[in-house]
Amino acid sequence: MPKDTGIGASTKRREDLRYLTGKGRYTDDIRAYGECAAVFARSTVANGKIIGIDTSEAEKMPGVLAVFTGEDFVDVGGNPAGWLINSRNGEPMKEPKRPVLAHGKVRHVGDAYAAVIAETEEQARDAAEAIIADIEDLPAIVDMREALKDEALVHDEIGTNQCFDWGWIEDNRAATDEAIKNAHHVTTLELVNNRLVPNAMEPRCSIGSYNPATDDYVLQTTSQNPHLTRLLISAFVMGIPENKLTVIAPDVGGGFGSKIYHYGEEALVLAAAKKLGRTVKWTADRSEAFLTDAHGRDHVTKIELAMDKDGNFLAFRTETMANVGAYLSNFSTATPTFLHGTLMAGNYTVPLVYVNVKTVFTNTAPVDAYRGAGRPEATYSLERVIDKAAREIGRDPIELRRQNFIKPDQYPYASAAGLEYDAGNYDALMDKMEEVADFAGFDARVKESDAKGLWRGRGVNAYIEACGIAPSNLVGQLGSRVGLYDAATVRVNATGNLSVMVGAHSHGQGHETVFPQVVGEMLGIDPASIDIVHGDTSKIPFGMGTYGSRSLAVCGSAVVRATEKIIAKAKKIAAHMLEASEGDIELKDGNFTVAGTDKSVGFGEVALKAYIPHNFPIEDIEPGLEETAFYDPANFTYPSGAYCCEVEVDPETGKVRVDRMTAVDDFGNVINPMIVTGQVHGGLAQGIGQALLENTHYNADGQLETASYMDYAMPLAEDLPMYHVDHSQGTPCTHNPLGVKGCGEAGAIGSPPTVVNAVVDALQRGGKNVTHVDMPVSPHNVWKAMQSA
Amino acid sequence: MYNFDITRPTTVDEAVAALSADEAQPLSGGQTLIPTLKQRLAMPSVLVSLTAIDEMKGITEGPGTLKVGGGTTHGDVAQATKGSFAGLHTLASKIGDPAVRARGTIGGSVANNDPAACYPSACMACAATIHTNTRDIAADDFFQGMFTTALDEGEIVTAVTLKVPEKSSYQKFEQPASRFPLVGVFVAKHADGVRVGVTGASNNGVFRWAEAEEALSSNFSPDAIEGLSVSAEDLMGDLHGSPEYRAHLIKVMTKRGVADAS
Ligand SMILES: Cc1cc2nc3c(=O)[nH]c(=O)nc-3n(C[C@H](O)[C@H](O)[C@H](O)COP(=O)(O)OP(=O)(O)OC[C@H]3O[C@@H](n4cnc5c(N)ncnc54)[C@H](O)[C@@H]3O)c2cc1C
Repeated sequence: MPKDTGIGASTKRREDLRYLTGKGRYTDDIRAYGECAAVFARSTVANGKIIGIDTSEAEKMPGVLAVFTGEDFVDVGGNPAGWLINSRNGEPMKEPKRPVLAHGKVRHVGDAYAAVIAETEEQARDAAEAIIADIEDLPAIVDMREALKDEALVHDEIGTNQCFDWGWIEDNRAATDEAIKNAHHVTTLELVNNRLVPNAMEPRCSIGSYNPATDDYVLQTTSQNPHLTRLLISAFVMGIPENKLTVIAPDVGGGFGSKIYHYGEEALVLAAAKKLGRTVKWTADRSEAFLTDAHGRDHVTKIELAMDKDGNFLAFRTETMANVGAYLSNFSTATPTFLHGTLMAGNYTVPLVYVNVKTVFTNTAPVDAYRGAGRPEATYSLERVIDKAAREIGRDPIELRRQNFIKPDQYPYASAAGLEYDAGNYDALMDKMEEVADFAGFDARVKESDAKGLWRGRGVNAYIEACGIAPSNLVGQLGSRVGLYDAATVRVNATGNLSVMVGAHSHGQGHETVFPQVVGEMLGIDPASIDIVHGDTSKIPFGMGTYGSRSLAVCGSAVVRATEKIIAKAKKIAAHMLEASEGDIELKDGNFTVAGTDKSVGFGEVALKAYIPHNFPIEDIEPGLEETAFYDPANFTYPSGAYCCEVEVDPETGKVRVDRMTAVDDFGNVINPMIVTGQVHGGLAQGIGQALLENTHYNADGQLETASYMDYAMPLAEDLPMYHVDHSQGTPCTHNPLGVKGCGEAGAIGSPPTVVNAVVDALQRGGKNVTHVDMPVSPHNVWKAMQSA
Repeated sequence: MYNFDITRPTTVDEAVAALSADEAQPLSGGQTLIPTLKQRLAMPSVLVSLTAIDEMKGITEGPGTLKVGGGTTHGDVAQATKGSFAGLHTLASKIGDPAVRARGTIGGSVANNDPAACYPSACMACAATIHTNTRDIAADDFFQGMFTTALDEGEIVTAVTLKVPEKSSYQKFEQPASRFPLVGVFVAKHADGVRVGVTGASNNGVFRWAEAEEALSSNFSPDAIEGLSVSAEDLMGDLHGSPEYRAHLIKVMTKRGVADAS
């Protein structure tokens, strides 16, 4: 029987009522008295030397209050990368300064070099157009291979376009080379992981305000992690003490990674607010979102798989160029390295892995973590090359994978790429996938497609990812400059209801529903009496926000720990009230009972007692019922899955239609199956979007040719099938209290290789000897592949 | 947007008078013009809205013809042609989304003559006459290349009369992002011959595929054009399709149109 409340119940998302009825409150919905508007002047060239910026006309325009240029921020610190990565030769990465406004040079189309503050946005826009920028156009550096020749530089002061040249695991390099040299069979594949624009429905928006009487700043902004933003602004960019800066992220309309990072616009509105003593608002338009939100992916990879004569995997070796764009965004150095290289052993008992990643500066928008962040790139490379290998040696792609899977009795398993997997059962996932995907009916569906003149193909894959990032000790050793714990405060109010302040930010994930399910179950009370508070640094404990599918595994664990503390203290109070010893008190169904008796007090009575502590053991315990816990996990969590996709390819036009998509995932324990299913659906839409449609194209001059929905193809409902989603095969995480793993990114990680594997299968069945098509598998790309096969 | 004034006349004559102002521009459904204004890519001083002019709205059947008022929305065309004019029904009901179809008009579409607009292919294939406030222009003379038409400054498209074919089909192969046609082919079988209008494909805008028309006029079957090929020369090439791919699609879509015509 499915439960109807608490852990395991598909409780309806309480936040949807406000999202769906227009009662949400997003940053741009906020109106302040005396608010004025900021508009940025942005570069129209990809690479240019700033000779001079004449703002004199703009300053005289109606309504203009101030004009800022890069000159105003030369003394202000740069926005840093969060991870320090060392090159193979031990040298630290090159870390050019990322300014608030471009100074000296503009480095990508959309790079802001000035900002106008005016009474209205239209006035600010008019004035921004009146700024005369004398910018000497320099050749654009766009292609990564060309960039690595260092003939022209994005950042002159570092003398190279290579940020770092990273090897993982460097000590295994020689052994991997040797294994590949001596292998019975080596399969090689060159592929591109296409660059994506995040396309959150809500564009970025920031409001700065300042109170000269108290010297307090407030930043309301579209952020996935307000504390991280505050830390970056305080410690690196502006030096505002943390106690003088409140960062508030209200309802946020999608982030997918792009709103993890601190952006220059946030610093600008704060600086302008201080200068003018006014509240200053900036809202991006869609074109700015395309040009300046941190993009995702953009890897060019060569991968090799070495096998013995029986098909046992001996080694994976990859060489990757990863684009970081013009500036290092906050997670940009971690994404192609520790979130990617460490996953390159996949679900397999392969003994050797060597990953080489060269990160490259180009005159394009910064590239950073986007839903999945590094793990989709790893999964795509692995699962494409394994599929190709199976074809080359004439093996069934599922059997070849199964042969090399880590088996359930091998956990904990130390992977060849340096992680310790705690739990999993990949064969069980495959078995379930074959059932849910209706393998039995496949041949009949092939015939049906044939009758319509279409080629049907089926693709499968397995994936593993690391989320719930992560143990501070481990990430510290790997170069992280921040800790990655999370925090929660459970406040029991005097009348017995609860406010739970959490470090994770909810922007569609459903925390406001799920966290109360957990707390309610633990306390035996109705989740409806529990509210989640998040997104405001003045209200919540210092947490790290929402990304990397970490909210439940890390912040949810903090919630559990804080609730345990509440229970412990409440038992003390109950013991006093019941004149029993603390050890005899049991909590059940919201009542504290003396074991073996019918003496009990309700949770609400204990709460009231805590705040009206008459006749209270004041020598032993403090009044009040409020506890905070910080939780720093022992390891990543390792969700895994088996996916299957069936496509129909139109042989005349190359058009691909995804007909069936099956996702069988191991998320460990599931708190709210409906929300998990929803998260998988969203991930699948983005993964299928990447595979079929989405592509970000800069031309040779560094102009973004896909800068609007006229040319950037987003998935529509009609492009997506009804999904078959299953998460019945969970193996609980062994090291967090709920046994949960994380489900936010899985769909986007597992689906792209599945789709491409299916397309290659369809083309092969149609008699075309096509072994690879780069994403997006658009009609044109498929047609071209068919022409040359 | 830059600032502009707006007027909303109720007759064509008033609209023509209003359009004589400096930098005045007609506004119909705004589904092309409003995005352009929002991006500050146009700077009209006065917008003359044509949406309150009743004489420009509605659809009337004549002997073998259909006259569509210039201010008629795509949604209304889709409704009125259901079951009676297959190609035009498909065309109108596949433009954009319901919101676009509720606002966008045939007059705006043909006046704009986007090289990827759908209606111009129907106009070519259905030997349409474009009516303006001053004259009638044959479709073959009206469309003069990308975003270029025979319209003079201040001239308004008041209606479009199409010859209703015996059979027709519109085949839209969508550009994956905009969902405008990457190639759109309108096949129309008339008593006096077959006409094939092709949009989305050419650097010179909409055109008729003469060889296919000739072959199909003597044998209206997909086989009739099996041996033909379209030259990629002068076809558009972009991220979504090379000239060669578009040439290939024109033939595929024409064959499908012939097979589907009803
Ligand atoms: C999301 C979206 C998807 C779309 N998809 C398609 C598609 O698949 N296929 C397709 O064909 N179109 C598509 N369109 C365009 C749509 O059909 C427009 O409605 C049409 O192109 C313009 O018509 P309008 O009435 O909106 O004209 P407006 O935008 O008002 O005007 C367009 C231009 O024509 C001028 N004009 C307007 N009316 C007249 C007139 N009566 N006489 C003279 N000049 C006039 C205006 O001054 C302006 O220059 C799409 C639009 C959107 C927003």
